[in-house]
Amino acid sequence: MPLEQFVPFIPEIFLAIASFVLLVGGIGLGRRGMRPLALGAVGSLVVTGILVWLFGRPAGEPEVILGGMLAIDTFAVFFKLLVLASAILTIMLATGFLERFRYGGGEFFALILTATLGMFVMASGVNLVSLYVGLELMALSSYVLVGYCKLEVKSNEGAVKYFVLGAMSSGILLYGISLVYGSLGTLDLMEIKTALVAAPQDNLVLMLGIVLMAFGMLFKVAAVPFHVWSPDAYEGAPTPVTAFISVAPKAAAFAMFLRIFAGAFSPEIDHWRSVIWLAAAMTMIFGNIAALSQDNVKRMLAYSSIAHAGYALMGVVAGTAYGTWSVLMYMLVYTFMNIGAFGLVVLLETRGYAGETVKDWAGLSKKAPAAAAGMLILLLALAGIPPTGGFMSKLYVFAAAINAGYIWLAVIGVLMSAVSLYYYFRIVVQMYLVEGEEAESGAELVRDRWAEGVVLVSVLVVMAIGVYPAPFVGWAQGGLNALGLM
Amino acid sequence: MDFLVSHFAEILFYILAALAVLGSVGVITLKNPVNAALSLLGTFFIVAVLFVLQHAEFLAAVQVMVYAGGIMVLFLFVIMLVSVKGLKTQAAFLSPLVPVAIIGAILVGALITSAVLLGVFATGDGGPEALQMVDGAVLGNTEAVGMVLYTKYLVPFEVVSVVLLVAMIGAIVFGRKDRFIEEQEGEVGS
Amino acid sequence: MITATHYLALSLVMFTLGLIGVMVRRNFITVLMSLELIFNAVNLNLIAFSFRLGDLSGQILAIFVITVAAAEAAIGLGLIIALTRLKDTVILDDANEMRS
Repeated sequence: MPLEQFVPFIPEIFLAIASFVLLVGGIGLGRRGMRPLALGAVGSLVVTGILVWLFGRPAGEPEVILGGMLAIDTFAVFFKLLVLASAILTIMLATGFLERFRYGGGEFFALILTATLGMFVMASGVNLVSLYVGLELMALSSYVLVGYCKLEVKSNEGAVKYFVLGAMSSGILLYGISLVYGSLGTLDLMEIKTALVAAPQDNLVLMLGIVLMAFGMLFKVAAVPFHVWSPDAYEGAPTPVTAFISVAPKAAAFAMFLRIFAGAFSPEIDHWRSVIWLAAAMTMIFGNIAALSQDNVKRMLAYSSIAHAGYALMGVVAGTAYGTWSVLMYMLVYTFMNIGAFGLVVLLETRGYAGETVKDWAGLSKKAPAAAAGMLILLLALAGIPPTGGFMSKLYVFAAAINAGYIWLAVIGVLMSAVSLYYYFRIVVQMYLVEGEEAESGAELVRDRWAEGVVLVSVLVVMAIGVYPAPFVGWAQGGLNALGLM
Repeated sequence: MDFLVSHFAEILFYILAALAVLGSVGVITLKNPVNAALSLLGTFFIVAVLFVLQHAEFLAAVQVMVYAGGIMVLFLFVIMLVSVKGLKTQAAFLSPLVPVAIIGAILVGALITSAVLLGVFATGDGGPEALQMVDGAVLGNTEAVGMVLYTKYLVPFEVVSVVLLVAMIGAIVFGRKDRFIEEQEGEVGS
Repeated sequence: MITATHYLALSLVMFTLGLIGVMVRRNFITVLMSLELIFNAVNLNLIAFSFRLGDLSGQILAIFVITVAAAEAAIGLGLIIALTRLKDTVILDDANEMRS
């Protein structure tokens, strides 16, 4: 293998080295070294981003490197930068949080970096072997991150559930992969697509393999009925980790989903589309309805994340180029609005998981008008109300579904967005309309410059996309330059 | 006797398959985790033998060393470590999920059986030689696997090394007594 | 003649038993063992197909599956240790502080 082939791989190599360094640095520094470690982690992620921009971009047409394991295309670059952004924001949220909750930082930051490395491989992998290995690196790092506050019973429980169901879903995905391998004789996505284009088949072994792989991927994006792990994992995890695992692994899983299904299995779309259709509809309906009855804000946002996966799945169901870039656009907006919302939960949280119930938000508009306004904008975005980015991204996935003839799916999506207004506005009511004694009972905001910065950035990005979507749409459409996708 | 000789491969497979299924059933039904672990160990060995029959000699060795030698020891260690308190109260095998699981299993079984009977597998120039070929020369399975692993599959190989590092970090994070517990207890006392 | 179909049938049985074990058993250690059964079933499939196709990539994927299974076992067993320290239980139903 010629050494030049490793040049586009430099960002990944740098990320791995940086995580080792942080790990070793964390041993000596203890809790006092939290800020330097966090700065080091953020710095190395920024450098990785620059390296991706310098070396990871395709010269023109997409190309495969390193024995056909990875692709160099703008699709991968889009998801890599998105994952990097969420990792940076997560570290900034987590630093103050870990200090307040008295946990060490070295392993935490190293694990965020290794998870990011796994997601890089998921975003650019074009062989089922590399995709699987990247997926597992991301998953194993996330299990540990969820259980990181191991002195909290909830964190531990969340990790147990995430672990058991995550490992089971990997097993199902792998069984599907083995059946596809047996019926097509290759693990390479491009070769799979070539074989399917040459001879479309309704071979039962292949069908079963594709369906099992779809089940495995639906587990990873937490779609109903494979979502059972996610509310517990999201509620139990330390809140910055919840922010992280609710966006970055979901974005990476969607990248992998699109590569496999909209790419390699696209000739068989009529066979798998109904499965995804059903999952998308159930996810939107169940996620939103279950969120209605939640009093814990983290759990409510967990169910809302489930619902958002359902909206994004619409773009996959469409199976068109429009559908594909609408998923990219959705993931971009979703990443920032979800991290921002969880960032405010972090700011409101004190020891012992206080500050998580809806009542804790009472009277926030008087105590901290800026924070309340930020939350209002993020909730409007999550509900999909103009002029926020949430509206634009929903518009595109709905349009994709309608263009592809899935009008009922879009109707379900619109109706369920209306339902979602109810639970998002429960928080707004607490923040703005509750008066008197009840308003006094709300939680106080923690002072944490870094976390405030995260919320500010998220609000600005969400508003920018809503007001002036053109460049963002351009980036998402640029992501269509992907190997095997078109 | 002739029958035995001419059908040796089939008879061997059926015996091994029966033992593997028996071992698997043991894993999920035996109440005592030590017994379940030993049953799993037996299953691992049978699977290793099946690997040899399919000319995956290197993997058979890996299976015995990693699974039987590494993972099982880890399991038994943990069982011994926690059995003092936790393992006395075994949950009953029956739980609300059982009917769902059984129906699901039957459905999946029927589906896969029909797939096995009606499905088509890809064909290739199968046979032991193809799995032992290095640059056109028949050397051995280990050499062939090594050649492919360190050339074409180099990237996943490197990534999986980071996976092992993460596993190590995870085991340490979960396993050690947290260094800040003492600090907190100290503060409460003072 | 033993073909890939025989191996597929055996691996299917092991896979289903493993799935049942994960869903039905409430002892975390047994659940972990059932997960190992699932991964072994996958490996059987991969090896049988690899032999049939005369293609090594199935064996390579099996190596990665074994490695990842070992890593998963380490993390799972670490979780068991943390769980017993915290709650003195390995029964998953007892780990149920959160309920919707």
